[in-house]
Amino acid sequence: MLGQERIQRITSSILERSTADQTEVVVITGDEYLTRFANSTIHQNVAESNAEVRIRVAQGSRVGVSATNDLSDEALNRTLGAALAIARLQPENPDFHSLPGPEDCPTVVAYSESTARCTPQQRAQGAGTICMMAREAGVTASGALTTAAMEVGVANSLGVSAYVPVTYADINTVIMSDTSAGYASALVMDVNDLDFAALGLEAVEKCLNSQNPRALEPGEYPVILEPYAVQDLVMMMAYTGLGALALQEGRSFMVGKLGQQIVDPRVSMWDDGLSSSGIPMPFDFEGVPKERVDFIESGVARGVVYDSYRAGKEEGKTSTGHALPAPNTMGPFPTNIFFGQGDATLADMIANTERGIYVTRFHYTRPVEPARVVITGMTRDGTYLIRDGEIAYPIKNLRFTQSYVEALNQVETIGRDTQLLSGFGGFMRTSTPALKLGSFAFTGATEF
Amino acid sequence: MKDLTDRALNLADVEGATYADVRIFRRRTQEINVKNGVAEGLSDNEGQGFGVRVVADGAWGFASSALLSAGEVDRVTALAVQIARASALFKTREVTLGPPVTHVGTYRTPVEIDPWDVSLGTKLDLLLKADEGLRATRGVQVASSSLSFFREHRTFANSEGAFLEQEIIESGGGIGALAVDPERGEVQKRSYPNSFGGDYRQQGWEAILRLDLPGHGVRVGEEAVALLTADPCPSGVTTIILDATQLALQVHESCGHPIELDRVFGTEASYAGTSFLTPEKLGGFRYGSDIVNITADATIPGALGSFGWDDEGVPAQRVPIIRDGIFVGYLTSRETAQELRELRGDSVPGTSSGAMRADGWNRIPLIRMTNINLEPGPWAFDDLIADTDQGIYMELNKSWSIDDKRLNFQFGTEIAYEIKKGKMGRMLKNATYTGITPQFWASCDAICNEDHWWVWGVPNCGKGQPSQAAHVAHGTAPARFRNIQVGVVK
Repeated sequence: MLGQERIQRITSSILERSTADQTEVVVITGDEYLTRFANSTIHQNVAESNAEVRIRVAQGSRVGVSATNDLSDEALNRTLGAALAIARLQPENPDFHSLPGPEDCPTVVAYSESTARCTPQQRAQGAGTICMMAREAGVTASGALTTAAMEVGVANSLGVSAYVPVTYADINTVIMSDTSAGYASALVMDVNDLDFAALGLEAVEKCLNSQNPRALEPGEYPVILEPYAVQDLVMMMAYTGLGALALQEGRSFMVGKLGQQIVDPRVSMWDDGLSSSGIPMPFDFEGVPKERVDFIESGVARGVVYDSYRAGKEEGKTSTGHALPAPNTMGPFPTNIFFGQGDATLADMIANTERGIYVTRFHYTRPVEPARVVITGMTRDGTYLIRDGEIAYPIKNLRFTQSYVEALNQVETIGRDTQLLSGFGGFMRTSTPALKLGSFAFTGATEF
Repeated sequence: MKDLTDRALNLADVEGATYADVRIFRRRTQEINVKNGVAEGLSDNEGQGFGVRVVADGAWGFASSALLSAGEVDRVTALAVQIARASALFKTREVTLGPPVTHVGTYRTPVEIDPWDVSLGTKLDLLLKADEGLRATRGVQVASSSLSFFREHRTFANSEGAFLEQEIIESGGGIGALAVDPERGEVQKRSYPNSFGGDYRQQGWEAILRLDLPGHGVRVGEEAVALLTADPCPSGVTTIILDATQLALQVHESCGHPIELDRVFGTEASYAGTSFLTPEKLGGFRYGSDIVNITADATIPGALGSFGWDDEGVPAQRVPIIRDGIFVGYLTSRETAQELRELRGDSVPGTSSGAMRADGWNRIPLIRMTNINLEPGPWAFDDLIADTDQGIYMELNKSWSIDDKRLNFQFGTEIAYEIKKGKMGRMLKNATYTGITPQFWASCDAICNEDHWWVWGVPNCGKGQPSQAAHVAHGTAPARFRNIQVGVVK
């Protein structure tokens, strides 16, 4: 952690030295600690301290970017020189209009001192709690506990100046027996809010209840998806179609559908970087304040997220505050997604299912046909057959190949409780409930 | 650098570590992306830092920092020992590394033309020419082309006396076209020479020239548009022939990952999963048909997974993985080689296969693929097609998924062609195939020869928490598989 003052000194000195028409400096620092356990013992315990300075310059409409994690004056000068040289040598980019100008950024609470100061011993104790629960149950624990403190500072020559410190603690655990596995995960801002015993219990019970699974013929079944599995629906829809780049390139499932009913009217999805229900982030990597963006409102397609470059390609659009660090070929991206909750409990969903499949989470999901959000992947860590309103028995894992958009047209019930989870390697935060869907296409089976 | 590595190793010893190693990395990357005639992403980045890995109280600790100074080396080394002691609180076994590693030496990627000696203007010009070709066909919505260059200097030292310096240089590039039919909501893409960024080599600018990206732009654009009106891949069980690029992905997912011994021992269980290749299968399990031979070879000049020594200081090696269809070897580290030896009751010391690799200064080494290759067979490609009465030829990966023990997989390709009576027929879109790993490899009945064999670079193999991207490669030639389920999408 460099602190606001040092970060502002770095950004100011670069802005003063730059000869470009426009200059932007982004400083990202991070102290990240991760304790990883497997076979009910800690096998990897790591710490990282880093600070990166990323400089974007614009000479007219020619843009160059360079970055370094060497904070010496010499290295920063070299990095600025590299960005200027890149800009000079490239052709004009008619789509680039300007870096964003300054706007007032809302204040959010995103930092916890207890997370920033969490010690290796505290992390070991947390991981150890789960390991000991697994040992006592005669199964094995694996997982990872991350605690991190980060800072993001953005400044540009048009007057943008933004700074925020952020912390998070993220844990996932897989408990395994010879024939089964169970899963639990959580994301919080304050590490003291992690209940290691509750997470351990959830995963251990799931593992014990999944032993000796039976094979089930693939086919179309009603499904109950835990919030972990629903997170995958959200992430894949975001990845394939909730950014302006996908929309403008014609490959988003939202193309031609804005204003139309595309999924069940009970479904709402939005991005809100300012919500205290998530891990707040007040601005993006251009320093533009985060706006709430409704993707789907009561089943109707409403919009996608923008950064300044993509907004400049459409008449009347402005950035919604969803830029990634430059140069960004992925386009703007949502990072704080919420799926609106319903009023059912998981027990209600099971009790109201005559025959169906209960899925804890999905594994290794990939787009098969991105424009229709057809995704394939596997079930993992606790899959069951539901019969006559009860969990009948654990089943071997299944492969599915299913359009997530079509799946959301099959919504029968939405859970009342949501879970905050980390996705895309910590890059995205999602809040999702459980879902019951009337039909889901399982297209293959594996041996365990 | 030796003053810093000595300082860390000495302090680790003073703090009570029984083993320590230090890695100092300096990395420079250049990325150039052109989209629809516009240079959209150009960046030149540099990074540096060091990581200290120790064993103290019989457990591992690791700490790292971007700040290369004596004071920071002291702080980070002490922190690594403190972390190891915290790890030891719940240990179930002592870390054992086997015979000491004491190599001293230097290694550098041989390059003909240093990519940083080539002007940005030349690089942009090449991409803009390719871009023009891609957009020559009406219906191409997005033309994209990219070049990527990588230079990394690594210093490694350990408390057993090893001191190694390596410089790795990589060059890669590729082009792609996205065609869209807005009326039908249909989107198709084609890429060259491989999907997801192209091909990558441990070579200089000569690797880019060999690709001749501008020479392939028009064809790639035409094929993307043609796919919009192609017939969908039918559903059923049939013979398939995979091109070398798709086979590289198949080797990667269904051979490369399951042979990582740390996965087998469960240390990736909470993330990517484990492996069906449990230790009792070593030496006797039938992985594929008799013609399937797979090697891990980190010594191939120019291949992306090559090096002088791995990140534990173990020399690059060529080791057999599957011989005549039988599973005979894992990718191992010093520690897992010892665990395997103990598990099997072997009397000789277990030695690492040299597969421990770290993605930078801030990551510990994990067991990673090197160059995992399906050895070539005797077939000429045209003869293989002529020998196939009915089937589907599939080319270039579009989607990939495999279960957490690496058994059930489903892959999709950008383009496919029907094979009828020994001839290539109509183009097919949205082709997919699925199977169970050992059954799939057991169905392999023909592999093309050396003339069709190439080592494809994969610069983004993900593994570990925190996540690491390894640069690996796969030598493959087209091959034929019988009785495969294809076309599972509604």
